[in-house]
This record gives sequence, C-alpha cells and structure tokens, in this order.
Amino acid sequence: MSRTASPSMFSGTLIGPAIAGAFAKLDPRQLIRNPVMFVTAVVALLLTVLLIVGSPGGGIAFKAQLVFWLWLTVLFGNFAEALAEGRGKAQAASLRATKGELTGNRIVGSGTESVPASALKVGDIVLVSVGELIPADGEVVEGVASVNEAAITGESAPVIREGGGDRSAVTAGTRVVSDYLKVRVTAGPGQGFLDRMIALVEGAERQKTPNEIALTILLVGLTIVFLIAVGTIPMFANYAAGAVPVVILAALLITLIPTTIAALLSAIGIAGMDRLVRFNVLAKSGRAVEAAGDIDVLLLDKTGTITLGDRQASEFRAVGRASERELAEAVMLASLADETPEGRSSVVLAREKYGVDVALPAGAEIIAFSAQTRLSGVRTDDTFVQKGAVDSILKIVPDSPAAAELRRVTDEIARAGGTPLAVVRDGRILGAIYLKDIIKGGIRERFVELRRMGIRTVMITGDNPLTAASIAAEAGVDDFLAQATPEDKLAFIRKEQVGGRLVAMCGDGTNDAPALAQADVGVAMNTGTQAAREAGNMVDLDSDPTKLIEIVGLGKQLLMTRGALTTFSISNDVAKYFAILPAMFVVLYPGLAVLNVMGLATPESAILSAIIFNALIIPLLVPLALKGVKYRPVGAGALLARNLAIYGVGGLISPFIGIKLIDLAVSGLGLA
Amino acid sequence: MTVQGWLLILGFVALVVLVAKPMGVWLFAILEGRRTPLHAVLGPVERGFYAAAGVDPAQDRGWRRYGVDMLVFNLIGLLLTYTILRLQGVLPWNSQGLPGLSGHLAFNTAVSFTTNTNWQSYGGEAVMSQFSQMVGLTIHNFFSAATGIALAFAFIRGFARREASGVGNFWADMTRVTLYLLLPACLVYAVVLLAGGVPQTLSGAVDATTLEGARQTIGLGPVASQEAIKMLGTNGGGYFNANSAHPFENPGALTNLLQMLSIFAIGAGLTWTFGKAVGNTKQGWAILAAMLLLFTIGAGVTYSAEAAGNPIHHALGIAGGNMEGKEVRFGVAASALFATITTAASCGAVNAMHDSFTPIGGMVPLFNMQLGEVIVGGVGAGLYGILLYCILGVFVAGLMVGRTPEYVGKKIEGREVKLAVLAIAVLPLIILGMTGLAAVSEAGLAGRANMGPHGFSEILYAFTSAVANNGSAFAGLTANTAFYNGLLGVAMWLGRFFVIIPMLAIAGSLAAKRVVPASTGSFPTTGPLWVGLLCAVILILGGLTFLPALALGPIADQVAMLRGDLF
Repeated sequence: MSRTASPSMFSGTLIGPAIAGAFAKLDPRQLIRNPVMFVTAVVALLLTVLLIVGSPGGGIAFKAQLVFWLWLTVLFGNFAEALAEGRGKAQAASLRATKGELTGNRIVGSGTESVPASALKVGDIVLVSVGELIPADGEVVEGVASVNEAAITGESAPVIREGGGDRSAVTAGTRVVSDYLKVRVTAGPGQGFLDRMIALVEGAERQKTPNEIALTILLVGLTIVFLIAVGTIPMFANYAAGAVPVVILAALLITLIPTTIAALLSAIGIAGMDRLVRFNVLAKSGRAVEAAGDIDVLLLDKTGTITLGDRQASEFRAVGRASERELAEAVMLASLADETPEGRSSVVLAREKYGVDVALPAGAEIIAFSAQTRLSGVRTDDTFVQKGAVDSILKIVPDSPAAAELRRVTDEIARAGGTPLAVVRDGRILGAIYLKDIIKGGIRERFVELRRMGIRTVMITGDNPLTAASIAAEAGVDDFLAQATPEDKLAFIRKEQVGGRLVAMCGDGTNDAPALAQADVGVAMNTGTQAAREAGNMVDLDSDPTKLIEIVGLGKQLLMTRGALTTFSISNDVAKYFAILPAMFVVLYPGLAVLNVMGLATPESAILSAIIFNALIIPLLVPLALKGVKYRPVGAGALLARNLAIYGVGGLISPFIGIKLIDLAVSGLGLA
Repeated sequence: MTVQGWLLILGFVALVVLVAKPMGVWLFAILEGRRTPLHAVLGPVERGFYAAAGVDPAQDRGWRRYGVDMLVFNLIGLLLTYTILRLQGVLPWNSQGLPGLSGHLAFNTAVSFTTNTNWQSYGGEAVMSQFSQMVGLTIHNFFSAATGIALAFAFIRGFARREASGVGNFWADMTRVTLYLLLPACLVYAVVLLAGGVPQTLSGAVDATTLEGARQTIGLGPVASQEAIKMLGTNGGGYFNANSAHPFENPGALTNLLQMLSIFAIGAGLTWTFGKAVGNTKQGWAILAAMLLLFTIGAGVTYSAEAAGNPIHHALGIAGGNMEGKEVRFGVAASALFATITTAASCGAVNAMHDSFTPIGGMVPLFNMQLGEVIVGGVGAGLYGILLYCILGVFVAGLMVGRTPEYVGKKIEGREVKLAVLAIAVLPLIILGMTGLAAVSEAGLAGRANMGPHGFSEILYAFTSAVANNGSAFAGLTANTAFYNGLLGVAMWLGRFFVIIPMLAIAGSLAAKRVVPASTGSFPTTGPLWVGLLCAVILILGGLTFLPALALGPIADQVAMLRGDLF
C-alpha cells in the first residue's frame, strides 16, 4: 500500500483550496442539497438585510456579530465538505497524470494503426508491445506478458497477464514491461476502470447513500419541528404583552436545528470512501460501504486467507516393518531436488526432527512431478524413491498388509485435516508424509474478534468435508463449505440472505462472478478476471482476500461516525435552550432568570455565546469527521455504552461548559 | 410529603408490573386469533357478526385497506353520534327533557368520543340524556378503545411478520377485541364497582331535601357500566361533570386505586404482547420499564410540588400541601398520582382539578401529554406512540454500533424515518400552532379564567389535551364556544388520525421486510442502557420543542408564585 502517502489532513496544500471552496459552495444550487445548511444561509441572509435596514433587538454591534457568526457557520460547513473533497481531488489529479493521453495500436487487417485512446471502441483489438501503456480496459486475447500496474495498485512488482485464464483482465494506464499482448477493448472511452476510479475519489458523482438519505430526512424533520417551536414564540410572547426580536428568534432557531451534523454529513461520507481508497480498495458505490458495516456472514477462501498458501510436512508415519528413520531418509532423498514448499519442508523436517542428513548422489535422475502420474522421485544407481498421491502409489505396488496399513494411516491423516503423501522405496511401501495446512498467525484471534462483533465466518474450500472440518476447528471459523463449487457458493449466499443476513465474499475467477454479484459486499481481486471485477461492488487493488475483515471495520466506522455526531448534535440542544430561553424571556417575566443556570453575563452575551459555540463546534469536529470514530471489535452493547457516554452524555454536558467559557470571553472582551 | 404517599406511588408501579403479563397473555391470544375459554360462549356470536357483515376474518389486508376500513368505521361513528346529539330532544330516554345540542358542541363531542379523547365542553348531567350517554357516547367508549387496540395489533404485526403483505383484518380485530376483552372485562369491572358503591340505574335523577331544607336534584344513571369502560378504555369521559372526583363515580380509596390501575392495565399489557409477538418478551419489558421510569419521575415531581404547597397560601395561614381543587377523600398523594396516570395514559378522567395544582404540579400532566402520551398511553395508542420513538431512537443512536439501524430485527430506513418524523411532528405543529392562534385572538382569550401565565397554561393545556386525545381539562377554560369547540374538534381529529396514518404506513412497510437475526453485533434494545436511551430520546425529541411554551406558562407561573407575584 504505497499510495497511503497522500497529503495529511491539514496540510497547507489542502487548506487553501478548501477555504476557496467554502466560498464557492455558497452557491444556492449547491447549498440546497443540504437543507439544514440552506436554512442557516437563508436566516443569515435575512439578518444581513435586517442589519442594513435596521430592526429592534440589541445594538448594531451585537447584530453585526450575530450575522458574522451565522455566515461563519455556513462557511464552516462548506469548508468541511471542501476539505474532504480536496483530499480526493488531489488523488484524482495524480491518477489523471498517470493516465495522460493514451494512444493505442489498433489491429486493422494484417497491420496496425495508431489511434488515440478516445477513438477506441468496445470490441477493437489492440496490440501492446513492450514498454507501451495499455490504452483501454480489456481482455487479453493473445500473448503472455508481465505488466506493471503500479499506476492503479501502487505495487511496483509486475504481474503476469495472459489470455484465457483468471488473469486475463488488463487496465488502461498500466505498462507492459515484457513481451507483448493483444487486447480486446471492453470499456469505451470514459467508461474504464481508471475513469471510474477518478470519479470515485474525486467525489464528483457522489450519490447520497440510503442511510445518508434517511438521516437527512430526520434532520429536515427536526428542522421543521424547531421551526414550529420557534415560529410560534412571537404569538406566545404577544400573549405576555411583549415581543421577541426577530434577531433573537433567528439565533434560537439556528442553534436548535442540527447544524453540526448537517455541516459534517457529506464530509463524513466522502472521508469514509476516501479511507477505503487509501486502503487500496475501490468501492463502486457508497451503498456498498454501508452494507459492509452490516455484514453478518463473511465467506472466506481457505487458501491464502485462513491458511498460508502452502502445505508443510509436519510428521512422517512409517508403516509395516519400516522404521521412521528409514522413512525419513527416503523422504529426504526424494525431496532434495523438490523445490515446492512441500518438498522443502520435508527436507527441513527430516533434518530437524529425525536428524537425517543425506546428500543427492551425483548422476541421480530426478523425476519431476507430473499431473498424469501425480508422482515425483529420484532414481540413483542403487535405489529408486517415489512419493506422491496415495492412490497413485497404491497403483504401482502390489497389495500387501503394508498397503492396507498405509490406507488406514492416510485416512487418519485426512481426517485430521492433513494431506497425506505416500512414499515407496524400491517397490516397498515405507509410509506417509503428513502435510498440514498452516493456519495464518493471528487469524484465529481475528475470528474471535469477528464473533464478538456478531459476524459469522464461513470457510470455503475445495477440500473434502473431513479435512475442511478439521481446519475449520483449528482456525476457529464458525462454519465451512467443503468441496465448494461456484454453484454451492451462490446457493449458500442465497440461503443466508433469505434468512435475513448480509453476506460478504471475495473472489477472482470468472466462475466467482455470480456469487460476487449476489453477495451484498463482493470484493473482486484486482488480479482477477474482468467478469469478476464487473460483478463485485468493490475491487481490492492489492488482491489480498484478508482485507475483507478490514473492509467490514471501515464500513462500521463510517456508520458510527455518522451516528456519534448526530447524537452529539441533538444532545447539544438542551444547553442551547438554557442559554437562549432565559435571555429571550427575561424581559417578559423577570423571574425566568432562574433558567439561566450557566449564569451567563447578559442576554446579548448569552445569545452570542450560543451562536459562537454552534459555529466553532463544526471546525472542531472536522478532524473527527474525517478520521472517523475509532472502531473497536467488541460487542454492540459495549460499543453503544462507550459511544453514548462520549457523544450522548458528552454532547449534553460539553456545550454547557463551552458556552460558559465563550460567555466569559465575550463579556470579558466587552463584545456584548 | 409522607412515607405513605411515596408507598402509594411505588406500590402502584409494582401493581402495574404485576398486571402487565396476565393482560399481555390474554391480548396476545386475541392478536393471534387463538381460542380462549370465552370462545365456547362467544364464538358463535363472533361468527354471527362476520356472517351478518359478510366479512371473512381470515382475509389479510394491506395497511392501506386496513386504514380505509378503520377510517370509514370511525367516520360513520362520528356522523351517528353527531346526529343523535343534535336530535336528542326528540329521542327517547330523556327523563329531564333536555334539548338537542348546538352544532359546534355536537361536532366537538362527536369527534371527542370517536377519537378516544372524551374532552367534554359540557357538564354531563346537565346536557346529556340517558339515550345520548348510552348510545351516542358509550358505544364510542368501546369502539374508540377497540380501534386503538386494533391499530396497535396492526403495528405489532408489522414488526412480527416477515415478508408479509398484510397487517391483519380490521373487522376481525375490532370484533375480537370488543367481544373477548372489552365487554367481558367491563362486565366484571362494573359489578366490582357496583359493590364499591357506584350506582347503576335507568331511573334518572332523584330529588332530595338537604339538611338546610333546600331541594336538590341528584343526577343518577347507569354510572358503573360507563365508569368501567371509561377507565379500561382510557376514555375518561365521566358521567358527571366532576368526573372521578364525584362520589358516585369514585366512592372511596379502593375504587380509586382500582380505577388508576385499570387505566394502565391494557396499555401495560400491550407492551408484553408486543414482546411476545416479536419473539422476545424482554423487548416488551424494556418498553414498559422506560414508560414506568418516566412515569415515576413525573409522579414524584407532581407529588413533591403538590405536597410543598403554595407559599402564597402559607402566608395567609393555610399550612400544608396544596389542597385547592382536591377531594379531601383522596388527599395530595392520591390526587397527584391520579393526575399523572390519567395524562400519562390518554385517559383524561380526573379526581382533582388540574387547574388548581401548583404550576409545576400541573406542568407534569401537561408535559406527559405533550410527549405524545407514550407513558403507557391510551389503549393501543400508547404502544404505537412509543414504538415511533423507538424507531427514531434506534435510528439516531443505533448507528453508533456501526450497523444501519434495526429494531427487533427490522431495518429502519428512509421511509420509516420519514413517516415516524411526520407522526411525531404532528403534535408540536397543532398544539403550538393552535395555542398561538388562541393566545392572540379575541375569542381565544375570552375563555380564560385567569390572567398571566396561568391563563396561558389553560389554553396550552386545552389544545395539548385535545391533540394528544387525552380529554382531561385544566378546568378554568370556558371551552363551550364556537371558537373552542370547532378548533378543539379539529385538533382532536388531526391529533388522532394524522398519527395513525403514517403509523399504519410504517406497519405496512415493516411487515414486508425480512427479519435480520439478532447477533452480538445488533443494537441491544432490551437492557437498562436502551431503557435510559429511550427515555432520553422521548424527552429530547418529544419534549424539547415545548420548552419555550412551558417556560412562558407553568415555569413563569411557578417562579411568580414563589416570588409572590399575582396577576
């Protein structure tokens, strides 16, 4: 993940444009997208007009300060959004630079013609030679080449791309560093992966997510309710033979409506997507990020996610009259030339556990493993050792008590979750190598964490049920799907979804595509096929299936940040009432001064302090909105207790302190 | 304050907890249409009704149809009562020869009883004939209560069902609730009240000669039967103007306790029914716990304020708690408790005059109603009211556990939030809007009995009581005018049905959803944390809107009282 080195949150390069953006976003057409901030702007405008034409309620200095802080509230909200967008824009700019103006060599008849990438159509075939940039997203139809995809993934080590397999997809803007490729274009101009990525990080086409829309509805609802509450006050005041100046009503309204969360809402969403991008995962929609937080079931591939890709020898089991040492010697001899992880680990095991040390005699014939015989071995002048799949070994030796024992031992190994390899020396069965799947370090603890979060993990493997059960038990997953075909995966996902659960999975092959599309969160590996990348709603640029777990955490973090700031914003209202109500009503009934629990200096100072607090809290919370509330993998109860204490109770108490302090400053400086 | 007073309040809370489960079990059987012991006798009657009306009780209806059936039923009931009241003079059982009601009073009263409000702009014994009471009004005591419970059933089904298109059958729910719950319960209850000294007769008024030798007409009538449904169905419309402060409606301490308990019985039971229906009775207990927590705080505040008394009275040499407007038979504690109960639930029966409470003592009943009567609440209405708050509470705070919000396994999304906000915003909109209107208009101000903030409280209380479908009066206000009868009638109608329609729409939307199985990652809605959170959501989202109005009414009033200011 080399691309995480993007500008820090408050670096000068981002602050400057964000301030400019804050003013540009005063455009009513943009403001209307955020109804609460729009109301704030309208009120600010109204008070500006009243300031100019003159109205009752406090001196001109007091009113001018109110107007100033109201406009600042709007600008702070705009600033938060502009800052969040700015980070994405910086990334998009660097992506655009790498893309540059691409040209492609389109194959026409027997020759090629050079055309700009924008002229390439879906279905065209282009030739990309060594050193050239691939002009458009496509699928390899001919050739094998190594391709440097650093422009997309940040990973400088080249990857192999070849036709026909699971590694046939190529992306525009990546460079062929060896050989050549013929590529059939699959995405038209502006539709490619890079284009989508630019649009995503830039936030240009950002659609509000379902949860964001629901939250906006709530905020609008609250705004309407408070409009009613404030709008009826003049009539009540009239009853008490008094009047409340419009300026003060406006101040009360703005402090009560949920400006804090409304100002930060889109920044939270943009920052959430941005965190994912920094994590080298591209979400095709914000909806997918939200769904990630809701995941109930994680489907994880065994190999590469739960276990290390390689199996390792962990034990030798001799059968018949063979001794373990005899077996170890034979294994070592047979494995010395075997460079597979199985072979290397066998040599290490023989040397370290059994103290065997043999050298490969000169002139030994090495028989490499072949898919037909499923055997490998070494033939020297005086001996012939073979190892391989149990069935294959049993085929080349006559039936004997040792063969029966071998069968029993290898069944045992399989039951325990291992893979057995049989060993024969000069036609005599010596025993079996116990190859074990090695569970990744720390993965068990991750599953415990996930369980605490209420997420069930399901291991998918091509192994037989016995082996799968044993690995599942060792790794601590909740369930497994053995001998899983793509149809099985799809059926499993459907079954879970019918039960009301949300499922996440990752995959790379074309045969994974239906399941990726069916899953609520489908993470396609960037090394995968075009079909898989199209089907999933996220693409992992690092092609690391373990990341699924972190993606869930990022989704939860996004939702938590939104909830925490909403709760904070709403609980703030209690203190604001206690600041403004006594200031507003004390002229009607002097006794209501008892409601001034904070002991604020004067009515003007109280109102101004509440408005200043309301404005300043926005920039103060911008870092939290952009970084996100820290997510801990604990149960929902503990999480709720913690966040309620911080953002609920904290939101209740902190404005009392904040407003009082501002009041001390305001009255101390003689501002009101 | 006395130990006995606190024991009464806490003992009452304990009794409510005891009653909740048995009542909930019974209600659950009715909700599910299961066979009860009463089916042996009433089963044929039930089937007879269906056959006569051509209703198939098994036919499941979507929320729209359920709502239309409910509205049609209530509109017909409204028109029927309006007609009866207008034509009272020519109808039978009119022993005092009372004339028909004025148009605005008949409208107000018909709306009032249809909406389970039972706001009475009149004194019953002086205006209503026995026929009007029994046919025009008492049927609504049953039907408005049954409507509330049926709607709660529909809402419960919304949460309990999965991927369903319907929320039940309105006609079947109405018939079953009336037949298997309200009628038999009221029969037993009325007999118990009879034993407690409540009269039940059709003989009309009797003339008595008082000790001073004056002649007095004492109104009598079928009081016990009306009393039973008035309490159990949280109707609150008394036979007499003095309501439960009248010795014939509420003869003694025991009937008083029984009446208080019966106000909460069905509302509390429904919380258990809800929990049972969604597959976890703890969900129901959590809601009841939140209700009773808010209730106990409210009762405590009222009792403290009343027991502390009025310093202006104290200065005049009247020591002790505030006994103005209270029955000496009940005293401070039982009156404060009754006032809190009747406004927490949507009952509106009173055994003391709320207008005469100390300002803070009177603010608690006012605030209870402004919260939307979700503290146990009206039969049915209380449950669906608090569930709307549950939806909002889960939506706001539920995000903090990192999942899109869900409540009892149902995802809460934009549509539910929109409708819940709509339903909850109706209250402040109408209460504050109409209070404001009355507070600045000639006709509105004319009705007051007091000047200053107390007069404002009277107006605020009237509209709050109407919109929340409570029906209790702060007294003081002369409401039998075209202005108040008309405006309050509209307020009652909007306050009832503008909450019900969005609520039903939510039920329909929820019923169609899948159920998300609970896990340790789900937002917990059963423990003390949730109970506290729910209370905070009710107070902040529901109550905060009314703070300016309360500041200018009861709070200003209380401050003035403590300073010795008079208006």
